[in-house]
Amino acid sequence: MPDALDFEEPLLELENRIAALQAEDDSPRVREEIAKLEERLHRQRQKTYASLTAWQRTQLARHPKRPHTRDFLRLLFEDFVELHGDRLYGDDAAIVGGLARFEGQGIVVIGHQKGRDTREKIARNFGMPHPEGYRKALRLMQLAEKFGKPILALIDTPGAYPGIGAEERGQAEAIARNLRAMAALRTPIVAIVTGEGGSGGALAIGMGNRVLMLEYAIYSVISPEGCAAILWGDAAKAPEAAAAMRITAPDLLRLGVIDAIVPEPLGGAHRDWDASAAAVRAALRDQLADLTPKSSEALVAERYEKFRRLGAFEETAVERGGA
Amino acid sequence: MAAWFRRKTDGSEGKPSRVHIAEGLWIKCDSCKEIVYRAEVERAGRVCPKCLYPFRVSARERVALLADPGTFEERDTNLETTDPLGFRDTKKYRDRVRAAVEKTKTDEAVVTGVARIGGVPAVLCVFEFGFLGGSMGSVVGEKLTRAIELAIDKHLPVVIVSASGGARMQEGILSLMQMAKTAAALERLGERRLPYVSVLTDPTTGGVTASFAMLGDIILAEPRALIGFAGPRVIAETIRQPLPEGFQRSEFLLEHGQIDFIVDRRELKETLRRILAFFAGEPPRSG
Repeated sequence: MPDALDFEEPLLELENRIAALQAEDDSPRVREEIAKLEERLHRQRQKTYASLTAWQRTQLARHPKRPHTRDFLRLLFEDFVELHGDRLYGDDAAIVGGLARFEGQGIVVIGHQKGRDTREKIARNFGMPHPEGYRKALRLMQLAEKFGKPILALIDTPGAYPGIGAEERGQAEAIARNLRAMAALRTPIVAIVTGEGGSGGALAIGMGNRVLMLEYAIYSVISPEGCAAILWGDAAKAPEAAAAMRITAPDLLRLGVIDAIVPEPLGGAHRDWDASAAAVRAALRDQLADLTPKSSEALVAERYEKFRRLGAFEETAVERGGA
Repeated sequence: MAAWFRRKTDGSEGKPSRVHIAEGLWIKCDSCKEIVYRAEVERAGRVCPKCLYPFRVSARERVALLADPGTFEERDTNLETTDPLGFRDTKKYRDRVRAAVEKTKTDEAVVTGVARIGGVPAVLCVFEFGFLGGSMGSVVGEKLTRAIELAIDKHLPVVIVSASGGARMQEGILSLMQMAKTAAALERLGERRLPYVSVLTDPTTGGVTASFAMLGDIILAEPRALIGFAGPRVIAETIRQPLPEGFQRSEFLLEHGQIDFIVDRRELKETLRRILAFFAGEPPRSG
């Protein structure tokens, strides 16, 4: 089992034993033993994946072999024309976007893009956009609106890049503008968190009529490491912070922040890209079938209401404080 | 999100972050380190008479600086977090909130209401930085959204004075969603052609900057305020380089085209009045 995570060690051990037996001379006894171990491995894997901690899910969401936006683009769409640049400053490779065809219908797709190998990771800034990435995304979303096409946003970023140039060119303004603009877009928006939903850098393309998450994806106000460093004074407490912040797909479904969970193959999306893409395809088909017939007024109104009601507070009889 | 500044004040959340004005006749300016006469600072609206550094002020003091006397009608002081995550780090979140209410005598990290500013009616929202670093959780997002909806309802302009480290970690993803909620409310305000003036004060960072704070039709800032998306410490750790002089201060943002102009605190009220009067179509007042 290549790329095993630390919590998969017991599984790895079983896999190694199976591999060793397979290398032996073929005999009914060996075959029987292999079958027994494979059965045990399957059960063990089911057990492991049925009770993942928030931190284990974080590790899966960040898995180096996990399918990224460009992989989904290849697996989900018949045709994709990539478009570049924000028309203001530059082209940000940490966000890709363009024109695609989904089961015959035109759709504008945008998404964060992490790199696969070191060279690509650097070129794509590890999926951490600069303002021009968000401005490119907005330009493409407005293009979709103008020509009556739905929008799919694939979210997979550690967060918006914290750097000098990003601040000089208005990182905060770029994110803020996207939020306000997405609230008014007169076209269906489906957002899917495929890996890491890193804070404002994720939300900046995430104000969908529907927001979905892959089963082992995470979505968080701050990275577990960042939260741990601030509140525990120790970044090594990230597993505790991950659990405390409720960042998993089932948590977010319960909090009403997402609408549905897209199932992943046993062991995580990286083990079977085709099966992962098939699940995303089915979910996207359902959402588009539901949203496409709606009027643009209804889409805008429903999107507003969706975000308007998010929050957890109660109204008490007592007025507190008071300036 | 960008609550980096809390590290500095960690364990000292009960104290004003920069100066202890109440302690005596003389105080030390946090910027120029000069010892200055307290009464003189108070008279100048909490601005250092030597170097003009604007000290951080409470929401209460800010309201007094901006609203015409007796005109501020506060709203929505009865909203309370339900602690949706049952959050606990080294302390329980509920205890942190309780302590913040006690310390600031404010119900949450933002005070909202209707006021007259130099005679012009407006919805006024002011952040209380002393309340968990002015962080935005569900109650802050709800209070701001209700204030914006009130402005739409009453056909009033909106002024928000920000001082915040960003989204509140202890409410997790729901804090992040307040960015979307407030931005969407401002979109509706804009559709009604009602003006929104954003005033950025020290410090305004993280999810607050990346939502309503940078969406003003007009964006003002106090001098030398720290304003940014990421905190300087996070940036320095990421790029492993020293940050340029004056990085992320108001003057830096002005130079990079991010804000309209910088206002001395003593002129802030009159500046707001002129802007609000312009949009209200009222004739300028002489003097």
